[in-house]
Amino acid sequence: MNVRTTLAGALLLSALALTGSADRPASAAGAATEHAFDRGLVARGRSLAALGNCITCHTSEEGKPFAGARALSTPFGTIYSTNITPDLETGIGRWSEVDFRRAMHQGIDARGRDLYPAFPYDHFTRVTDDDVAALYAYLMTRDPERAEVPPNRLSFPASLRSTIGIWKAAYFRPGVYRPDTSRSAEWNRGAYLVEGLGHCGACHTPRNALGAEMSDRALEGGEAEGWQAEGWQATALARDSPARTRWTADQLYIYLRHGRDAQHGTAAGPMAEVTHNLANVDEADVRAIAVYIAARMPERSPPTEANKRSEPASADGEVIFAGACAACHETPGTISGGTVALGLTTSLNAPDARNVIHVILEGLKPESGDKGPMMPGFAAEFTDKQVAALVDYLRTQFADRPAWNDVPRQVAAIRRSKEQQ
Amino acid sequence: MITLEVNGRTHDVDADPATPLLYVLRDHLALNGAKFGCGLGQCGACTVLVDGEATFSCITPISVLPGRIVRTIESLGTAAEPGPLQRAFIAEQAAQCGYCIAGMVMRAQALLEKNATPSDAEIRRHMAPNLCRCGTHMRILRAVRRGADEMRAATPGLKRAGS
Repeated sequence: MNVRTTLAGALLLSALALTGSADRPASAAGAATEHAFDRGLVARGRSLAALGNCITCHTSEEGKPFAGARALSTPFGTIYSTNITPDLETGIGRWSEVDFRRAMHQGIDARGRDLYPAFPYDHFTRVTDDDVAALYAYLMTRDPERAEVPPNRLSFPASLRSTIGIWKAAYFRPGVYRPDTSRSAEWNRGAYLVEGLGHCGACHTPRNALGAEMSDRALEGGEAEGWQAEGWQATALARDSPARTRWTADQLYIYLRHGRDAQHGTAAGPMAEVTHNLANVDEADVRAIAVYIAARMPERSPPTEANKRSEPASADGEVIFAGACAACHETPGTISGGTVALGLTTSLNAPDARNVIHVILEGLKPESGDKGPMMPGFAAEFTDKQVAALVDYLRTQFADRPAWNDVPRQVAAIRRSKEQQ
Repeated sequence: MITLEVNGRTHDVDADPATPLLYVLRDHLALNGAKFGCGLGQCGACTVLVDGEATFSCITPISVLPGRIVRTIESLGTAAEPGPLQRAFIAEQAAQCGYCIAGMVMRAQALLEKNATPSDAEIRRHMAPNLCRCGTHMRILRAVRRGADEMRAATPGLKRAGS
């Protein structure tokens, strides 16, 4: 599975691929104008769409659900998600179920064009035909929304759609999930959801230079929301998990269902949208995901370099903590539901400071309709230097780990990216 | 001693650097407009402006403020001569118990200084962090809209956001 293709090779071959893709016919199924779907099928599709987190990428800030146009930042440029409402002109209203299944399983759109793997068909290819049918029924019964999507802004050579064929040949392994009969049904259900529709690896697995997931390092930690300095770290869920206490399946279930676990912290950033969606899906599916992920976690938590601290924590950071943070974080009972002990939070034990910086600048807000802690962001209050001092203090004081490198640059980059939004 | 600039005046304050700005405003500078609500940055009654941004003064230690410009509701006008946004809140009778209002006015002020013609959606999104237990939100929203009109009338040079 570890085929290495150089960028030069990809370029060379892309000319060949150009002719190859022309052989592929566009869908002959024609417009799907009248849809009559079983209500049970639509309901199952709704739950599956939530498990797949479809709405997050396929909805823009001000747009209607599933109408697309959300900008997805990649190392190769910006890709805009497509409109997957059943609008006939701008959505997928003319797609047959066969077209839809081909997109999910093969990464090919109704016109026969290869889709960029920002649409994670490397995972969706594992989804069964029955589940694809349910998803199709759900999407086709949404309100059609006429909404054009801006053209992608990709750098050369990724801007050539023909390069996708090369990428697929090197990295894409189609095929529905095959159960591991040596494992329990629940473990297999979890594996099916995590590897397939849930596409957890899209963020939690590291990617190679050509943007493909490194299959030999599945779920060992990756990048969420763009692979740049200002993005979020997607925590390692397998080897290298930074969790201070080993995750149990029960804790993972609570976290995935409610966005929070007292031993590990609160879902934030892109993960908050995931847990928001998992709040309303079939409980057994969330349990299965928890069982599968817990089984992948390392047996032991990483040892801390406890008490090796030679320098005192930042004095400026200590003062800021006392004046800005301690009212909630050091005073039991002030916040309804309680705060998670800082030393246990995954973000403070992580390999770099990005997620902590994000939370300090942006705060935590429950998704609309959810219960959860509201932490104000401090972007207006603190200068970059003050944020960096606070981060140093938190890391050494609470996580008892060596100070992170590169914090001031990351603070500046994250603040700049937020101001550009 | 920490030097703070508040409402255009410089103050040398003898307080622990971790002291929240709110306590210094009320206890040292006798600026009692900003209120203590929750003390946790959850309600917004303490909102003031720091470099033009709405800020929870109850969780802003004064150690971070040297070199920054703090403005409180006292800078907008007086009881005898209220400023345009204050006049709008009075005209709309936006206060019931009034405890949240100084914070509401200052958060709205931050918005209107950047965007003289905010849409209703922009006003709602911007005002969301500040809570009112009396439930006068609809009047507060009207007051912010009226305030935008009054501020534009009072400063003819004010332009639309982005222009």
